[in-house]
Amino acid sequence: MGDPLFWHRLQFGFTATYHYLFPQLTMGLALVIVILKALGLRTGEARYSDAARFWIRIFGINFAVGVVTGIPLEFQFGTNWARFSHLSGGIIGQTLGMEGMFAFFLESSFLGLLIWGEKKLSPKGHFGAAVALWLGSWLSGYFIIATNAFMQHPTGFAVAADGTLQLTSFWAFLLNPWALGQYAHNMIASVVTGSFVVAAVGAYWTLKGIHPVQADLNLRTGTIMGLIFSVLVAFPTGDLQGKLVAKYQPITLAAMEGRFESGPRAALTLIGQPDVSERKIENPIKVPAVLSFIAYGTFSSNVKGLLEFPQDQWPQNIELLYYSFHIMAGLGTLMIGLMALAVFLLWRGKLATTRPLLWAVMLAVPFPYIATTAGWAVAEFGRQPWLIYGVLRTAQGSSPLVHAGHTAFTTLGFAGIFVVFSMLWLFLIGRELAHGPESQAH
Amino acid sequence: METLWFWLVSVMVAIYVVMDGFDFGAGILHLVVAKTNEERRQVLGAIGPLWDGNEVWLLAGGGSLFLAFPKVLASGFSGFYLAMWLVVWSLMLRGISIEFRSHVQDGLWRHFWDATFAVSSVVLPVLLGAALGNVLRGVPLDGTGYFSMPLWTDFQLGPQPGVLDWYTVLIGVFALVTVTAHGALFLAWKTEGPVHLRAKRLAPRLWLLVLVVWVAASAATARVNPAILHNLPGAPLAWVAILLYLAGLGLVFLGLGRERFLLAFLGSGAFILGLLAASAACVYPVMLKSTLNPAFDLTALNASVGGHGLRTGLVWWLFGFPIALGYVAFLFRFHRGKVSAAEEGEGY
Repeated sequence: MGDPLFWHRLQFGFTATYHYLFPQLTMGLALVIVILKALGLRTGEARYSDAARFWIRIFGINFAVGVVTGIPLEFQFGTNWARFSHLSGGIIGQTLGMEGMFAFFLESSFLGLLIWGEKKLSPKGHFGAAVALWLGSWLSGYFIIATNAFMQHPTGFAVAADGTLQLTSFWAFLLNPWALGQYAHNMIASVVTGSFVVAAVGAYWTLKGIHPVQADLNLRTGTIMGLIFSVLVAFPTGDLQGKLVAKYQPITLAAMEGRFESGPRAALTLIGQPDVSERKIENPIKVPAVLSFIAYGTFSSNVKGLLEFPQDQWPQNIELLYYSFHIMAGLGTLMIGLMALAVFLLWRGKLATTRPLLWAVMLAVPFPYIATTAGWAVAEFGRQPWLIYGVLRTAQGSSPLVHAGHTAFTTLGFAGIFVVFSMLWLFLIGRELAHGPESQAH
Repeated sequence: METLWFWLVSVMVAIYVVMDGFDFGAGILHLVVAKTNEERRQVLGAIGPLWDGNEVWLLAGGGSLFLAFPKVLASGFSGFYLAMWLVVWSLMLRGISIEFRSHVQDGLWRHFWDATFAVSSVVLPVLLGAALGNVLRGVPLDGTGYFSMPLWTDFQLGPQPGVLDWYTVLIGVFALVTVTAHGALFLAWKTEGPVHLRAKRLAPRLWLLVLVVWVAASAATARVNPAILHNLPGAPLAWVAILLYLAGLGLVFLGLGRERFLLAFLGSGAFILGLLAASAACVYPVMLKSTLNPAFDLTALNASVGGHGLRTGLVWWLFGFPIALGYVAFLFRFHRGKVSAAEEGEGY
């Protein structure tokens, strides 16, 4: 409790995790809204713009909470991670500055027009505002992922005589292979979240037997997009991300799998509890050779185990890393299965009457949130003990003079504010759901 | 290159103060100038589409500081630890209060958010003004390049002051009064009816108050940081900035006299911009002054990153800055004319 580093890590992890519950929905919904508005323009059918109008209201509430919970993250670089900021600001300041300049100005300028501007703007103008929000939020995502990618796999820099990191190649930094892979994986995951939410609302209205036109449209849109994107999140993007980890962070890969011994034809552990002190997995269920294939593309490849690496380079929390990875991958598989079944029944015209499956689709809303959170836990626990992989250890990055008590106090402050935000969010979203979609007479 | 970035960061921060300043001012005044729900929605309708973009100037300015002078950001943010979080929490509650107020048609709900909006709008300029006061007065930076300060001690100056002392509170009050007066002009320009009349009546009194506090704040600054007066003769940019804020002040009173509130509002923007630019020109190259030893000052020269990073940043900055100004122009043009309260469910 007296260790400032513990509190700095907890505060950033807690505030970033909470924050990201909101943008993952807004980024995914932004694409859903663009698609609905485009269909509305193309077909001229009111049901598409009615659906878009409902989701824009949900988007607005989510976006507001996303904006205000994002502010503390920007500040924490300086307040809690001063030595890290000092050493690497010349590099990550580029992407954080560009995010403000190119993404936030775009988003903030068109947000009001999207939310309140439907009557003031022409249909095409309002579609344009939706596209602007989609572009802005996805651009913002790239700058943040590029910043994180520099911490995962630093590129385009040199260490100066005074220990600071200097940018040597802007493009090597901005187009970091890790950033490209992680961006694709993460953005597609955000569409999965958006699709599951849309599908769940459709399922809810169908089960209740209300708003039939909108219930059908949302169920259809959500399940079809949900299937496409939950497949894409696993393959090719999740697969690509796995290969990046295997290539650049082999220790992390070993820890994610709880693999201690090296060897060819490495098995994938489906279930089992890691026991780090005994260097083994309890009661494992394994599929032979699959891990070799996932990591390197052939069944015979050697996948190194943790014992091959010095222990001071192991992630500190191997158990949590292992569970996070398996929860992400397990839920990902489950979500593909659920949506595949739903789309199959949709195709046969039976989805709206298969009540158990509608219940499952409705109650599956937390899954993409949990999977995404677990995925980020894999990325961030997997990066340990490094703050910038191979360059700066986490213990060397925090603010030198900030006391544990101060950070504990502000962390608790955030916990309080977030409780209030959560209640407000639930209350307002609940009202919108109860209010339902409304048709606008033109 | 370091000098250029010193100015780019200063300009971004100054634009932030001008832009978020008027919506802070609207927040401070709205309980006074807008009495009914309809009138409050008029005020929110005037700043609603703009406040989020205004705050982006803070993030973009912070990003510029981060990329060019990371040591200043690291030292300052961690040194003002608790004060920083008060700023952040106020920003968070303020944003939520603007966005969520209109969602529920209920008197108590709206009173709650009105009060939250007003309180956070008062707290923010005081704290941000006090932050400027700290920069002008200096902080206990030692040879490590870091410092740590309590929120306040005995409110006296000295080598180990608190974030708040009589001087920084004075600058905070100056900031509060100035953005209130700035916001009054914005509301007088953008609204009609009773809100317009009340803002119009308050504006001249507020500006006289600005003059009084300004004189006190300037005199105190000359005492607390004599180097500022000392640097003035050798800083031609400071003279340009002084001309700018004097011209701005002239426009404010001209605009008030002729009831041309856009003119007065532009004048008050120039006044704020000029004051901050003059301060920046006079403290240059010092960005964070040490109260212990001038050798420990963090300056644009000893705290900047290498040339390649600064040059790279400049390239995209030159693209991004005009685009950002373009958005501001677009927004003001799109929302031109007087603002009236939106129908229920149709706006802020």
